Amino acid sequence: MTRETYINAALSLLLVLVPFWAWSTGQAYILTLCTKVAILALAGVGLNIALGLGGLVSFGHAAFFGIGGYAMGILASHAQTFDPIMDWPILIEGTKSMPMIWLVAMLASALAALLIGALSLRTSGVYFIMITLAFAQMLYYFTIGWPAYGGEDGLSIYVRNSFPGLNTLVPVQFLILSYVILGLALLFSARLARAPFGLALSAARQNADRVETVGIAPYRLRLVAFVISGAITGLAGALFADLNRFISPTMFSWHTSGEIMIFVILGGVGRLYGPVAGAALFILLEHLLGGVSDYWKIFLGALLLAVVLFARGGLIGTLAGREVAHG
Amino acid sequence: MAEPLLQTRGITKSFGALKASDAISLDLHPGEIHALIGPNGAGKSTLIKQIAGNMTPDSGTVHFLGQDVTALDTVARARLGLGRTFQISALAMDFTVLQNAVLGALGARGGVMRFFLPVMKDRALLARAHEALERVGLQDHAATRTAELSHGQRRQLEVAVALTLKPKAFLMDEPMAGLGAGGSKRLTGFLDGLRAEAPILLVEHDMDAVFALADRISVLVYGQVIATGTADEIRANPDVRRAYLGEEDAP
Repeated sequence: MTRETYINAALSLLLVLVPFWAWSTGQAYILTLCTKVAILALAGVGLNIALGLGGLVSFGHAAFFGIGGYAMGILASHAQTFDPIMDWPILIEGTKSMPMIWLVAMLASALAALLIGALSLRTSGVYFIMITLAFAQMLYYFTIGWPAYGGEDGLSIYVRNSFPGLNTLVPVQFLILSYVILGLALLFSARLARAPFGLALSAARQNADRVETVGIAPYRLRLVAFVISGAITGLAGALFADLNRFISPTMFSWHTSGEIMIFVILGGVGRLYGPVAGAALFILLEHLLGGVSDYWKIFLGALLLAVVLFARGGLIGTLAGREVAHG
Repeated sequence: MAEPLLQTRGITKSFGALKASDAISLDLHPGEIHALIGPNGAGKSTLIKQIAGNMTPDSGTVHFLGQDVTALDTVARARLGLGRTFQISALAMDFTVLQNAVLGALGARGGVMRFFLPVMKDRALLARAHEALERVGLQDHAATRTAELSHGQRRQLEVAVALTLKPKAFLMDEPMAGLGAGGSKRLTGFLDGLRAEAPILLVEHDMDAVFALADRISVLVYGQVIATGTADEIRANPDVRRAYLGEEDAP
């Protein structure tokens, strides 16, 4: 057990105790905030695979977050109006089933990540950042001009989608669902980092020449990482849409890309629990400082600056010290 | 003589008016160490890059194991069995020494697209990695972070990673660079034994090592091979003495 493991365990405990306390004292608002932390952390876990493990500074993960959200919005809106998405050549109807929506959200974001990644991974550095940003902005403007699903105003879904055996409109049930998914994503992410793929991807981040010389193509590693990363962030987008029962082009905007990146950087780039710590801190600050001033993001900016200048490992890195090698 | 494992035929590469490689034809036979020497700026690095696949020649071909590999990239050539070490260590610095070696073993075995089982518990990979570390004498540093290794130890690790690939031929770019006299001597002894496993194309500045090891030496000056021969032939060659070794202080 390393120090980081203890910190992760403490963080997990805190994230369970806070909603438990809120639930037993009947504070539904806190439960919703905790759910939001888990979903945003999930988006960060996705980005962290590309950014932390692969060193791919994607400034366009809002694309996948938005695609996940719109997958939910499109499927659920057709289901609530009983209007099929298409009836020729085959009949495709909307659905209110979460597992189905998640599957579609992940497949659609994975496909988008494959296309965006295949093109943008041919560049690196600042060009990679700008191209990923450009793709996300393209989708942002596309959804603004897409009246079928609300255009600029977005689209409301009146009833939260369903999960077999659960009443998802009860805050604590949706919270548990989100926590379980986050837990599974963390487990997957931890295994991925230690697997052959993770070793090679991490090596490609540190020294691409080394990886090529042992006969492994860095491009393929990065593309697969980008697809996995996009699919997880897409799933987070679908959950986020369900949390708010609302989708809008904002999900695609560069602010969203920036916020997902902030979770990862605040918490600790490449740290398993980095996005969790980052998202929790972000929501906490938004909640506490947002009450003090509308300009709370000034403080967030100062904090981010401090982390980047003085605490490169983010919150987890500062507490746990340098990362010890896996294995 | 046996069929060469690795050969370049008329490799030419120009950067503007500068001919960095001028119709270079070299070969590497099984069991030999073929050293490539030449003054700074002679085009050694450019040649190495074209053999390894980082750079495509303007004209000419590279053959490896009887196959034309001119159009193949670094990854494909590495898979065919070309084991390269770099002049400036190219290692994953945040990894432990063992992780770097396991990466080599993984590359050699294949199966990178596995997402669940811990790679550092894979017995076959670990065995291969430990064996390579032991051969270069790094077995006691397996758990050390690579960034904390001394310069000489990094050179040893470069060689160890190449060993995990069990290559058919080695391409070594100044493996002795920056080593002390002791380290240089030890590595010389090691390479001496290694040639029986796979031949080595050795680019090296350390003349003691080159003359002690090389079965054949090629001298590169201004992008051209001006002489190829045994150590004695090279020592006696008047062109080489004039262009490179210097008339007065020939070894």
